[in-house]
Amino acid sequence: MKIGPLTTALLFAAIVALGAGPLAADAKLNVVTTTEDLASLAREVGGDRITAEAIAKGYQDPHFVEAKPSFILKLQKADLLIVVGRELEIGWLPPLIQQSRNAKVQAGAEGYLDASQGVRILEIPTGQVTRAMGDVHPQGNPHYWLDPENARVIAKSVCAKLSQFRPADRAYFEQRLAAFNARLTDAMARWTAQMAPYKGTKVVTYHRSFPNFADRFGLDIIGYVEPRPGIPPSPGHTLDLIQEMKRQNVKLILVEPYFDLKTPESVARAVGGQVLVVPPSVGGVKEAADFFGLFDYDVTLIANALKATAGK
Amino acid sequence: MRPIVVGVLAVAVVAAAGSARPALAQASPPGATGLAPPQNQAADPQALLKQIEQLKNELEEVRKTYGDRLAALEAQIAAAAAQQAAAAPPPPSQPPPAAPTASSKVFNPDVAVIGNLLGTAGTNTVSPSPSIEFKEAEVSFQAAVDPYARADFFVSFGQDEASLEEGFITFPTVPGGLLVRAGRMRTAFGKLNPLHPHVLPWPDKPLVTRNLVGGDEGLADAGVSVARLIANPWFFLEATGQLYRGDQGSVFHASEASDLNYLARLRAYQDVSESTNVDFGASFSMGHNDAGVTDGVDTGRFTTRLYGVDATVRYKPLRRSIYRSFVGRTELVWSRRQQFDGVQPAFGYYVSGDYQFARRWYAGLRYDRSERADEASVYDTGAAAVLTFWPSEFSQLRAMYRRTRYAQSETANELLLQVQFAIGAHGAHPF
Repeated sequence: MKIGPLTTALLFAAIVALGAGPLAADAKLNVVTTTEDLASLAREVGGDRITAEAIAKGYQDPHFVEAKPSFILKLQKADLLIVVGRELEIGWLPPLIQQSRNAKVQAGAEGYLDASQGVRILEIPTGQVTRAMGDVHPQGNPHYWLDPENARVIAKSVCAKLSQFRPADRAYFEQRLAAFNARLTDAMARWTAQMAPYKGTKVVTYHRSFPNFADRFGLDIIGYVEPRPGIPPSPGHTLDLIQEMKRQNVKLILVEPYFDLKTPESVARAVGGQVLVVPPSVGGVKEAADFFGLFDYDVTLIANALKATAGK
Repeated sequence: MRPIVVGVLAVAVVAAAGSARPALAQASPPGATGLAPPQNQAADPQALLKQIEQLKNELEEVRKTYGDRLAALEAQIAAAAAQQAAAAPPPPSQPPPAAPTASSKVFNPDVAVIGNLLGTAGTNTVSPSPSIEFKEAEVSFQAAVDPYARADFFVSFGQDEASLEEGFITFPTVPGGLLVRAGRMRTAFGKLNPLHPHVLPWPDKPLVTRNLVGGDEGLADAGVSVARLIANPWFFLEATGQLYRGDQGSVFHASEASDLNYLARLRAYQDVSESTNVDFGASFSMGHNDAGVTDGVDTGRFTTRLYGVDATVRYKPLRRSIYRSFVGRTELVWSRRQQFDGVQPAFGYYVSGDYQFARRWYAGLRYDRSERADEASVYDTGAAAVLTFWPSEFSQLRAMYRRTRYAQSETANELLLQVQFAIGAHGAHPF
């Protein structure tokens, strides 16, 4: 058990040396995103010239991702990191970036892209913001990707960034961006038509994940199962919510897949309504395999539920 | 007298927990205005209403579009103005502005304050704690220094004194894949020592920390740290080497400038599945101690060596990640302290498990046993059960029952009640 300092130092140096030697550069641009939505959009633009991998799974709460060392390894090898921003990842991303040893993806560096640049952000607080309001995001609601029109802006930013890294592929990325926008225009027409009959329908959601979605597709969110953002349901608030839903004849509660269904279901029973588990992210359910799949799934799910309610 | 005080504290804690609900319940659903859509009206007015509604929406759409464009234009103008301002050479020796402007605050560091209040009831003749103690107010200042570095300061205010708990600069992207840190730091020995008290799952420290790894404060010192990831196809592996002045409480003591403290740590991490992972570490630290100091002269020139291994297993099902989790930890420490009466080979460990059974509730158990650094034949054992309630991410109420047997003879039974609360910048969640 006797180890001298010199031996220790040598042993340590040997271990460090063992790990030396850079990894071979991959031909494809290595893109890491914080969420699966951004990974899907990156793939739309990047095609086969990039690999895109997300840190958070679509079925987990993106506010509470664990800063696992295995994510550090992903970031260490990344050429480009795309983040949702607006403080969505504030609880877990900064330590990962700091430990990544990767100069490219540090906040503000070339390989760091905040996807919220230029998109339409809702619920930007005005006046004094305090934690008495719950876990509010001072820079506005970060769930902005749930408006397909914002996806155009994100895809454009991604295209510009990818072209910056791979100028030779600029035409390829721009052509894919144009194709994506065309597909999105068609899809938007489809989704808008599906939702059109229910414009102005009042709904309740669990967390404030859906303002952009509701705004785009004409739903009116009148309340939340959470009393305040990030604060779990309380009996008093739940009773208030039931009364309000009864008063305004609201029948639908949209819940993100990672929340407990007990309270929403008891509220739904009390008002004779229905709980819908609506994934806010790609990968939230199996069917929502990419960005188009997500909206196909969500829009169809909600439209069908509203159709059934209206038919009653 | 003391049971009464603790009783009052307990009542206060319960009251605080209880009052959280009504306070939250007062919140009415936001945006709960507007009327229900008119459903049973004649066809014509309804069509009209629909048209009006459509017109309204269109108007709103137009307003938004132009509002956004206007905002974007304004932002561009502001940015251009800022660029111009930045490009202009600063006038020589201009006096500082009388009042700080809004733009100067932009570069203020993130500031947060964490309060830690601890109440203790019960009997402990060996290591008694005050009935109520404001253990610590930790103030943190954190910001990027420049494109190459960031700085972190943690100032700890006790009831009577303030001290610099940590203050260091981090260079995260030094060539060669190194993470370099310099300043005063909690040393990287083991799993618990680098952690700040408020992120521990207990209101106290295990016996092994108290007896062998720097007591209640832990080990902190001025020095340099270099850490590197070791690439391999199997798992996360990180090697850390640290060099310190060698003054770390009762554990290490530098009588001469060359009495440095050396530390090495290896950490291995692997995901077993998306919900389960394991974390292993091995640490070594050595330096001079104060056992040979008599009348201010270090005649003995004795050293202490610390060896540690630690293991952590974590479970958190991703689909229910905010409701369920489990963390099991153990840490074993061997101390070899040279003294006039020879080397004291002391050993200590703890084993603990913490289970989250609801979104805001955690329950845990801990068993610990440790020999004493300067008298290895004497050992202490302890067992504890702990329950934690988090009203929100920013506050925490905790109760712990702790039974300790000191030196194989004296037994202490204590109830610890802790309130912790944080204001200011949102810090990262510990992992």
